[in-house]
Amino acid sequence: MEFQVYKKIKNITFGVFSPKEISDAAAAKVVTPELYDREGYPVDGGLMDLRLGVIDPGLRCKTCGQKLKECPGHFGYIELARPVIHIKFVRHIFDVLKSTCKSCGRVLIAEQNLKRHISLLNQIGKEEGFEARRRKVKEVIRKSKVKEKCPHCDTKQEKIKLEKPYNFYEEDVRLTPIEVRARLEKIPSEDLEVFGFTLDHFRPEWLVLTILQIPPVTMRPSITLESGERSEDDLTHKLGDIVRINQRLFENINAGAPEVIIEDLWDLLQYHITTFFDNEVPQLPPARHRGGQILKTLTNRISSKEGRIRHNLAGKRTDFSARTVISPDPLIQLNDVGVPFSMAMILTVPERVTEWNKEYLRKYVETGSKKYPGANYIIKPDGKRKTITDETKDEILQELDVGYIVERHLIDGDTALFNRQPSLHRMSMMCHKVKVLPGKTFRLNPAVCNPYNADFDGDEMNLHIPQTEEARAEAKILMLVETQLISPRYGLSVVGCIHDGITGNYLLTKELVLTREEAVDLLYTCGVDDLSHLPNKDKVDGKEVFSVLLPRDFSFTGKDKSGNEVRIVNGQLKSGLMDKANLGQESGLMLRNIYEKYGSAYAAELLGKISKLGIAVLSRRGFTMGIGDLDVGEEVTNHVHDLLQKAIEETEKLIADYYSGKLEPLPGRTIAETLELRILESLNRARNKSGDMAMKQVQESSALTMARSGARGNALQIAQMTAVVGQQALRGRRIDVGYRKRTLSYFKENDLSSPARGFIRSSFRSGLKPNEYFFGAMTGRDALMDTALRTPKSGYLYRRLSNAMQDLKVNYDNTVRDASGRIVQFLYGEDGLDVSKTKNGIIEVKKIIQEVLEQ
Amino acid sequence: MRKEQEELLQEYEGQLPLSVLEEISSNIPSSITKTQLQKIIEKVKEAYQISKINPGECVGLVSAESIGEPGTQMTLNTFHFAGVSEMNVTTGLPRIIEIFDAQKSIKTPLMEIFLKPPHNQLEQIKKFAAMIKETQFGELVSEYALNIFDQKLKIVLNKVLCEEYSIDIKELAKLVRAKIKGFNVQGTDDTLEFISKGKPEEIKQLYDLKEKIRTIKVKGIKGIMQVLPVKRDEEYIVLTSGTNLKEILELPEVDTQRTISNDINEIHEVLGIEAARQAIIDEVYRVIEAQGLNIDIRHIMLVADVMCTNGEVKGVTRYGVVSEKASVLARASFETPVKHLINAALEGEIDYLTSVVENVMINQPVPLGTGLPGLIIKMK
Repeated sequence: MEFQVYKKIKNITFGVFSPKEISDAAAAKVVTPELYDREGYPVDGGLMDLRLGVIDPGLRCKTCGQKLKECPGHFGYIELARPVIHIKFVRHIFDVLKSTCKSCGRVLIAEQNLKRHISLLNQIGKEEGFEARRRKVKEVIRKSKVKEKCPHCDTKQEKIKLEKPYNFYEEDVRLTPIEVRARLEKIPSEDLEVFGFTLDHFRPEWLVLTILQIPPVTMRPSITLESGERSEDDLTHKLGDIVRINQRLFENINAGAPEVIIEDLWDLLQYHITTFFDNEVPQLPPARHRGGQILKTLTNRISSKEGRIRHNLAGKRTDFSARTVISPDPLIQLNDVGVPFSMAMILTVPERVTEWNKEYLRKYVETGSKKYPGANYIIKPDGKRKTITDETKDEILQELDVGYIVERHLIDGDTALFNRQPSLHRMSMMCHKVKVLPGKTFRLNPAVCNPYNADFDGDEMNLHIPQTEEARAEAKILMLVETQLISPRYGLSVVGCIHDGITGNYLLTKELVLTREEAVDLLYTCGVDDLSHLPNKDKVDGKEVFSVLLPRDFSFTGKDKSGNEVRIVNGQLKSGLMDKANLGQESGLMLRNIYEKYGSAYAAELLGKISKLGIAVLSRRGFTMGIGDLDVGEEVTNHVHDLLQKAIEETEKLIADYYSGKLEPLPGRTIAETLELRILESLNRARNKSGDMAMKQVQESSALTMARSGARGNALQIAQMTAVVGQQALRGRRIDVGYRKRTLSYFKENDLSSPARGFIRSSFRSGLKPNEYFFGAMTGRDALMDTALRTPKSGYLYRRLSNAMQDLKVNYDNTVRDASGRIVQFLYGEDGLDVSKTKNGIIEVKKIIQEVLEQ
Repeated sequence: MRKEQEELLQEYEGQLPLSVLEEISSNIPSSITKTQLQKIIEKVKEAYQISKINPGECVGLVSAESIGEPGTQMTLNTFHFAGVSEMNVTTGLPRIIEIFDAQKSIKTPLMEIFLKPPHNQLEQIKKFAAMIKETQFGELVSEYALNIFDQKLKIVLNKVLCEEYSIDIKELAKLVRAKIKGFNVQGTDDTLEFISKGKPEEIKQLYDLKEKIRTIKVKGIKGIMQVLPVKRDEEYIVLTSGTNLKEILELPEVDTQRTISNDINEIHEVLGIEAARQAIIDEVYRVIEAQGLNIDIRHIMLVADVMCTNGEVKGVTRYGVVSEKASVLARASFETPVKHLINAALEGEIDYLTSVVENVMINQPVPLGTGLPGLIIKMK
């Protein structure tokens, strides 16, 4: 057994490199802009020098002797002919220049005040950060520089100006980077404390570059195109420019060229180095490729969502993962995920060979990688990986021994993480048990759609296979679906029966009476084999069938959706219906009680059974919906008609009142606003009433059953389909004029009546008139726009919240602290309760009191 | 019996949170025996112990998720009409963003002013409402007359309005005189004349004057733009658009305990940080409830606490809460990474890798949950 020593990074110190450090740390000095010689071999002293690392397979690094992917790359450097200002530090250099004496280099604060100011500034720096401190330094200097003279040496100070991006002027005379550097050199180290710069190992003159660090080749790999041509990285291009200009500058200086030429070249060097660091400096034209494409240089690489930090460091790509379309399978367990065979043969699980599982693992290797269940690779104790093929199989079987690792195919029962984007809450990624199935899609129990917010209209999901025992244990214990039944957001269930699962049980408990045979058949399909609890009668009531699923000692009183009492005594459903209020997610109170009493595993299993029972009931009884389900009796039709007629008359009266000036304005409103509000109110009232009418109608229909059981649809939607669609509201008001004093050219100008302002009298069943359809389209479009605008807004809010709060945790002393140990709450939520362990955020004190009193 | 019960409950202080104890004492019947109570408390205690949060739980992220996830379900509609007679209020997502940003000026500042008993009846409340409403000079003017040659501005006042607001015109002239410099003010009956004292310079000066005069507060309380007396349960209250908590609370009729504003920063200035924290919780919770969403109050509390730990209200932005983080890499991973890296280099900052993102970056276990405890195993 090998023992690995894990090194842990304790901290990371940030700082500025000194010129000496750069040259000391460099593996090579770059002297020529050429990259490759005629054979295509990297030139010594060029930008692709082999001492800077390797990017070609087969070559070895000249510094560390390692091959591609092993060698991390090494820095190089070039010596600049003339110093150049680092664009990222311009503002800081400017501050320092303005705040220090031009001749003696001291800070422009009198000696006696210096200490006081420093301690003040340190405090600000500590409390409000570096930027705030910078502002304060400027203020202090401005105040203390009364006579425009240095308090230390009495030299008169002149005004320094920064002409962006990087030119300094003193009273209209340009300060060259050499002069700037000379001034920075003069500043005594003690005075640097004022600016908040680190005291050890920092000099301001390092901010003016005399030597430029060259990033390793591994950081800027070139791509070989299909034609065999090499395409260099943007950074290499930029560095090439820098080296070239630098060379020319050297040559011109040595040749004693006129000052104008040297200045020009110097400026050019400054430009190239500036764009090397940041190609988005506002005042400079960005450096481009020959094709006109803008180069991506250092700053671009780091920042933004696609930048190094957010794309590669805070987010990483994984191996052992899969993605495909999802489809429902109500017959698999809540905890299961169906994985297609083709995936199971690629995704692998490493298992270490021991004395006890040697034979078991041998079998996988024997099967090979082309048949299921087999194995794809073995890993030898020395870490070498071997592919299992027909040729290597025998050899591998021979040597396979304790200590080897077999990467076998995914089999039933393996742990996997299942995820759907956007991963908005922790239930978006849960652990499932693998169930290998034929087909090409992932299968999941429709009851877990809700936490993932998934549907089957083409959604895709991701699967990850944890590779270590530790990871698997954590996944199983902390992330398994059944452990996530209760949402930490509100302390209620997020998983429950949906759609047919609810409708079926609703019908079963409401009206069905089955023969004993049918009942047994039903129960058997949903996985019940102990039928001793089924009453021994020829005709069995639906409630009795349902009760068979419940545990014997379970008692519960609650309410169903319509407010009737649901009573379960000793596992027998005595009264009430099983609908959304008891089985559904979020509400599902009966399931919630089961969860509490019998634990998560039992609750998950029962949920599966109940769901299956509902579906089985529907598939035997038959359940469908057609246009006939939207038929309403004549009585209802007339009633709704009267209701609407009255409402329309009312609005007409309101309009008439408005024109005759009889309408009383509501407090704080104009008369026109009042009219709008009153009309809206009366029309909405009429629609709600007709909705109630439609719900209450005697005639049974499937649509009503679904709405009543809570499986799908509500009173409003039923009303919209059967009776009246109602007023279309745009931004909370009736549809307003947008087309020359009228909503549509179909109407008269200034028509305030309800049909002209978006009231849809028709129902969806009877069909909409063209003008009504148009109003419907208007609100529909508005709703689409609303969603499109909202998503990024709420996404950003979420990102900010999670970034601000991600390191808050409960400590062992029950306080909530952030990463630096600052206390945010002394007791989480003021009472230390975990929301996901409570019922809607509270402990059920009343229930406990009742229980005790009843004893 | 009551005393005995109280004593028993007191014994458990410290073992059970106060809110739970209160719930017990308010729900038990008075006929309860001591043993029964003891049993109840013990049972509640057991339930409490089971429901307690585990150390290492990443409560911050859970809260962020709990608020962020339903964010997509909130409406973007800025205005909503709660009932007919109420005022426009920013609700939904924009309001939540406004609160969490700790924006200095909010879109719809609002106050609910409760009055002490004798004043909270219909007649008095109307008078009070009229009294606090800010009246600006501009509202009383019926005509402006600019005389450019004489550098004169003549203003004709609306007499009817003045009487309605019970404003004395002489008083008004005095008030204006005090506020205006560089002009002689002459007032007769219903007109006011402003004559430039200095040399006639530019017309602009007169225009500026006109603009300035318009916004002079004549009466009422500054910032209270609209007032609306409303019936709440048994009493009448005043809803205002525009806030001025400080001056309103100083009025003797006002019930200072219940009167609130919806401007978090104002509350912080007037009532202090704890009030601001409570205001954040209340305001956010109100919006969430109005949207029909269910988010546990603990999550909102935590956000409010994060925003207020420093003693001032900090927004959940790169300038607020995020800038307070100790770790350079954590700040850099949020927004403006280069700026943070540059400043860190100059300052010589050290990142001790105590929070989440830094450890994700360098592939180390995160110090939360199962990554928190360190296990040392003795090798035999």
